Amino acid sequence: MTSEPIIELTAIRKTYRSGTIEFEALRGIDTDIAEGEYVAVIGPSGSGKSTLMNILGCLDNPTEGHYLLAGEDVSQMTETQLAEVRNKRIGFVFQQFNLLASLSAWRNVELPLIYAGVPRADRRARAVRALERVGLGDRVDNRPGELSGGQQQRVAVARALVTEPAMILADEPTGNLDSRSTADVLGLLDELHASGRTIVLITHEHEVAERAQRNLVIADGEITSDVPTARAGVIV
Amino acid sequence: MNWLETVRAGAEAVRAHRMRSILTMLGIVIGIASVILTVGFGQGAQKEVKDEIDALGSNLLIVSPGSTTDSSGVRGGFGSATTLTLDDASAIGEDSVVPDAEKVAATTSTNAAVAAGETNWTTSVVGTTPSWLDVRTRTLEAGRFFTAEELAKGADVVVLGPDTASELFTGPTAANPVGQTVSIGGRQLTVIGVLDSSGASSTGTSEDDQAVVPISTAKSLTGSTDNAVSTIYVEATSADTLSAAYQEVQSLLLTRHGVAASDADFSISTQDSLVETANSTNETLTVLLTGVAAISLLVGGVGVMNIMLVSVTERIREIGLRKALGATPSVIGRQFLVEASMLGLAGGIAGVLIGVVGSWVLPSIIDQPVTLSAFATGAALATSLALGVGFGVYPASRAARLTPIDALRSE
Ligand SMILES: Nc1ncnc2c1ncn2[C@@H]1O[C@H](COP(=O)(O)OP(=O)(O)OP(=O)(O)O)[C@@H](O)[C@H]1O
Ligand SMILES: [Mg+2]
Repeated sequence: MTSEPIIELTAIRKTYRSGTIEFEALRGIDTDIAEGEYVAVIGPSGSGKSTLMNILGCLDNPTEGHYLLAGEDVSQMTETQLAEVRNKRIGFVFQQFNLLASLSAWRNVELPLIYAGVPRADRRARAVRALERVGLGDRVDNRPGELSGGQQQRVAVARALVTEPAMILADEPTGNLDSRSTADVLGLLDELHASGRTIVLITHEHEVAERAQRNLVIADGEITSDVPTARAGVIV
Repeated sequence: MNWLETVRAGAEAVRAHRMRSILTMLGIVIGIASVILTVGFGQGAQKEVKDEIDALGSNLLIVSPGSTTDSSGVRGGFGSATTLTLDDASAIGEDSVVPDAEKVAATTSTNAAVAAGETNWTTSVVGTTPSWLDVRTRTLEAGRFFTAEELAKGADVVVLGPDTASELFTGPTAANPVGQTVSIGGRQLTVIGVLDSSGASSTGTSEDDQAVVPISTAKSLTGSTDNAVSTIYVEATSADTLSAAYQEVQSLLLTRHGVAASDADFSISTQDSLVETANSTNETLTVLLTGVAAISLLVGGVGVMNIMLVSVTERIREIGLRKALGATPSVIGRQFLVEASMLGLAGGIAGVLIGVVGSWVLPSIIDQPVTLSAFATGAALATSLALGVGFGVYPASRAARLTPIDALRSE
């Protein structure tokens, strides 16, 4: 297995406040994720999986605890630095695809490249290559409304990989897909893992979780078990 | 993301909501168009007045009966007062008394019907002296002006303004009215000349529509026995001696009339002072109207802010996603600011276009000249851009400050 931890979580707590009501969604998460590892986070609805992923993706801050991303303390970063981290190191795949309906497939895939400052001329080429990689080379000019759910999610995967990030965070990427499309998307994640990327996949389906090397089970904001899967030994 | 890309993205967003963008800009369009047109009207009116006054001649002093300098108001009926006489005029003409006066022309003026055959035309009949032509820097299109002898004997001759001539002579005589006969008050006068147009910009000024006769002839036409005149035009030897001439004429007339300066029964204006007086009323109106237009601009700006706030709320998920993909707060803020500025500027450009078209079309409808000023147009464009930026700042900072997770999670 690879050695260097890309993610180090120490005593992460997250408390949501709405008015006077407080809710502790994460109650002390301690774990490391190594570079190149493929981890599935599973747990029942409301257990805190998405909360954890938002923190991992620097979209939200923990209330307490430390999160070191590639050795750097994320809580010390400004919003602008966080934006750069999200842009350069992380690729997101969301359950609701989160594509912009007014833009064609390649224009959606191009978005992270715009913020990375890639020149206009290179962007289209790279976006098209990413779309070809997810098998949508013939759909580059279609808008999300003209694509099936599975195709939309593949566009989202292309958008996550176009910047060649070290880490892909996928929050129930197959939650809205049928078994065929699920297989497509999971196949793409396998490929990305094979090319050396760290993948954190959130799901509540055990068959999906089996594709990872390691399963983190969460219940009520705490890790209840951390077990390697059958594929743990597979060297990529 | 550089500025060019931001502008491109802004243009795309403005185009994506075409109808809404147009409605948002409407306030600014109307505001800018009305500012341009009001300023244009104001300047047009000023130019018209100035041209008319310039057309009077150059380095002129205009002496009128009655005083307008006193706070008690006009002393003596303006025009009808008999405080200025032909003798005053000839006294001013004395080189020893008023050395800085080059030429003097006294005039009387009445309205009368002039007939040529079957055609009747009512115009102003001006009685004056041969020096009038030079003093008023007029030239003749045809024929000649009357002479000192004709003045002395009150000859039956008349010089017509170009408009008067074309009104009176329409038939075969139109080409050359000189030598024709017209009748004024039953008296037959020979047309000896036709004036060139005064060159004042607007059509139909009285300068081109008048019948000029020797002042002696004018007196007998009206059956008047006094020697009162309605205006004395004094041409100074040069622009530099204008104020010296002013002093000389003033002290001469005060002495002749035996009154103190505070009781003066005449008033002397220069062309500059006439322009100033005319413009001061004009300016008040322009400022007032521009103020109203400026308020509509302000309302337009608030409209832009309103729509941008709606747009931030509507696109909150988009903002969240863009931030998740690496947009920094300043990039997001800039995008909304550029969008607002583009709405403002586009409104400004549309407003300027409407203003320009209006300045071509309106004068023919309402018979008022409109002078477009490059300065006002540039200022209007700058204002519209400033409005967009100014009213875009708040919505832009709202968008920039959204936390990515709150923005992503909102429905
Ligand atoms: N913004 C918020 N304010 C208050 N409570 C919240 C907020 N976001 C999440 N929660 C609560 O925190 C808990 C964990 O939510 P989270 O979205 O992480 O669950 P999850 O494990 O992803 O569930 P699911 O499988 O249904 O997506 C839930 O009980 C939820 O109600
Ligand atoms: Mg969830």
